[in-house]
Amino acid sequence: MRLERRAHVPLSLAIAAPIGAVVAALILAGLLIALAGVPVFEAYRRMLIGAFGSRLSISETLTRTTPLILTGLAAAVAFRSRVWNIGAEGQFYLGALATAALGSKLGLHLAPLVEIPILMLAGALAGALLLLVPLGLRLKFGVDEVVTTLLLNFVAVLFVSMMIEGPLKDPLAFGWPQSVPILADMALPKLLPRSRLHIGLLVAIGLALVLYFVQSRTRFGLEARAAGLNPQAARFAGVPIGWILVRVALISGGLAGLAGAIEVLGVKGYVTTDLSPGFGYTGVVVAMLAGLNPIGVIVAALFVATMFVGADGMSRAMGVPSFIADVIVALSLLTMLVALLLANYRVRR
Amino acid sequence: MSGRALELNGITKRFGALVANDDVTLTLGQGELLALLGENGAGKTTLMNILFGHYTADSGSVVAFGRTLPPGKPRAAIEAGIGMVHQHFALAANLSVIENVIAGTERLGALALNKRAARVKLAALSERFGLTVDPDARVGDLSVGERQRVEILKSLYRDARVLILDEPTAVLTHQEAERLYRTLRGMAEQGLSIIFISHKLHEVLAAADRVVVLRGGKVVAERKAGDTNREELAELMVGRRVARPHRDAQTPGAVALKADRVSVMSGGASLLADVSFEVRAGETLGVIGVSGNGQSTLGRLVSGLVSPSSGSLDLFGHPVAQFSPRGFVEMGVGRIPEDRNADGAIGEMTIWENAVLERIGEKRFSAGGLVRRGPARAFAAEIIRRFDVRGGGPDTATRLLSGGNMQKLILGRNLIAAPKILVAAQPTRGLDEGAVAAVHAEILAARRAGTAVLLISEDLDEVVALADRVQAIVKGRLSPPITVSDADPRRLGLMMAGAWDEAA
Repeated sequence: MRLERRAHVPLSLAIAAPIGAVVAALILAGLLIALAGVPVFEAYRRMLIGAFGSRLSISETLTRTTPLILTGLAAAVAFRSRVWNIGAEGQFYLGALATAALGSKLGLHLAPLVEIPILMLAGALAGALLLLVPLGLRLKFGVDEVVTTLLLNFVAVLFVSMMIEGPLKDPLAFGWPQSVPILADMALPKLLPRSRLHIGLLVAIGLALVLYFVQSRTRFGLEARAAGLNPQAARFAGVPIGWILVRVALISGGLAGLAGAIEVLGVKGYVTTDLSPGFGYTGVVVAMLAGLNPIGVIVAALFVATMFVGADGMSRAMGVPSFIADVIVALSLLTMLVALLLANYRVRR
Repeated sequence: MSGRALELNGITKRFGALVANDDVTLTLGQGELLALLGENGAGKTTLMNILFGHYTADSGSVVAFGRTLPPGKPRAAIEAGIGMVHQHFALAANLSVIENVIAGTERLGALALNKRAARVKLAALSERFGLTVDPDARVGDLSVGERQRVEILKSLYRDARVLILDEPTAVLTHQEAERLYRTLRGMAEQGLSIIFISHKLHEVLAAADRVVVLRGGKVVAERKAGDTNREELAELMVGRRVARPHRDAQTPGAVALKADRVSVMSGGASLLADVSFEVRAGETLGVIGVSGNGQSTLGRLVSGLVSPSSGSLDLFGHPVAQFSPRGFVEMGVGRIPEDRNADGAIGEMTIWENAVLERIGEKRFSAGGLVRRGPARAFAAEIIRRFDVRGGGPDTATRLLSGGNMQKLILGRNLIAAPKILVAAQPTRGLDEGAVAAVHAEILAARRAGTAVLLISEDLDEVVALADRVQAIVKGRLSPPITVSDADPRRLGLMMAGAWDEAA
């Protein structure tokens, strides 16, 4: 048995691959649910109800989707140019911290309409700068950015921890390590009243669309793809690889930083070291499930958020541990990798 | 020759609508050196993959030493004594020669590799067949020729009595290729049976006992090497008469490209030393040499990828101040890189994207940061039409093109803009006879139209056919030029050996 590269991947197959992967992951996770002695279909039904059963649950799922779209885009845009940014988690935290500091009473004190965009930009900039360090090391000395971006996550989280226990500590938090909160009028407007859903979702979706356009229609998108696919040939054709990758890193780190900024401005209002339940790492899964396509990222982020929010509901109703969501998401990444292989290659005897 | 080593009986293999092998019957005698000749896409590699069990034939059988092999089982082929050396080597660069040779033969569960016994066996094989290579060298440090020897040793170590080599000389220099054929000849004399796949006529004639010509998946002819000639084989292979075009005399114009004592250093190593040459409009300067003597750097210099450490390079009488690929393209330099897959095209991108990538900054292809896809596709379509690129339209992935068609695309995207200078590095490496003729015709047409052509090639026939003057490159230095009418093989050989004073 051997694998042969397909000359053309038909569109139907390209769409069927992620769907098949998700179904396979749900079947495999279903075996685990059955092992827990719970009826599988009922468990999945509860999961759907948990994610979409009420106005509140829908708004929660979409709130969870928002940062995942942004971190998913961060991974997708970087991976497309073969910049292996595994550091979205750290970029998320630095973005969140910058936003919280500048938006608090220690900060800028501008009119909200002016300041909110500035705060978002500041968050994005913080994330972008954090990714520039590993990229610079790679371009200058050939240091593998998988290692440096990954390890910088710990550095970033510890830095955040230091700041919120030190200069940015909220004196009114009864000693809990959390940052000074943003001013109340810096909070993002709600999309739905009496819910946590905020306009950050629209920002994220809008950015996905913009990114799709940039990748498919602009000169930068073409050159960034060339630089990722074959740097040597791109250099021969005169693509300024270093400059292109710097811009890719600014976008990728910026998106992850923005995710942190929006999470602070839209949901939490302050920074703690558990602000992110792994949004940065999950963004990698989201990007892979989406086949690195920005539009696909929206769908993949929604799927992953559904699993996480739904699993909480299932857990309450059925007694299946909510860790099943982690299992499903992890399985779907594995099945997706297999599905991509099967979509791009055909099996021959 | 005593008895048959191998028989292929009526092999047919279809891939969808494509019949890759059509009722192919073939025998290989013991101790015979058989050449399988055919153009790219004639079905040579498919046939060998069936023989080796990588593919299963739709019908027909493979018989090795009187026993029919079960289809689709490479392991059975190995056990029957068949060894295969692929065009792209399957070696682990970070392991030593001996580790590569024994990898896959050791028994699972054995705690330590039995390297000592392996070493003795390997040394005996090296000795017997003249395949010298240091068993402890890291494969990554070996030259391509040495790696190929490791591949052959790998097969011999597994007791191969039939050896199949797929395009063994595609990656070798002239000298390495001659050495390889001497080795193969020696192996055949010692009783090994060998099939090698090739589309190079002179090699086939010089090395093989017998030639089987494959065309369109069918065996179209079988000749003793002594009873045929180049012209006949070329015609059998292509199916029509092909003649490589030759240049006509013409008076060159002004100097377009001139190097004045250019040196290129990199990390303390001298890649080019004191190189001087000039190329006039309507003239072709050929640079010959054994591979690895600075041709790559020379090509990169005149493509704008590296800048001189000292000396100057003049384009149209003005020294180049800023070396950049796009700057060179803007000034009218057409560039054909020596490695079309690594430098020339991005396989995963479409033909139109590859067609315009080096001129994406031009107004007709991008405006305000947006790619103008209409004009870009039209440009690609025009290249496809004018230069007869077969195998796809503007939106086809470039990796789907054959080597010859990819080269036509690269040539086309340069020549369609009527460049004033054309730098062609190894423009026909790895191409089949039909494609070579097409590329040569285009280069000659450019020269006729007044383009100054710098041809860097290891193929002496090519240089003699296309160039007006010749310089040899040896260890980063260039010989003085001679006119091609003064070039006989002996003199060119001396020049390539660096003895240009004697050659004069």
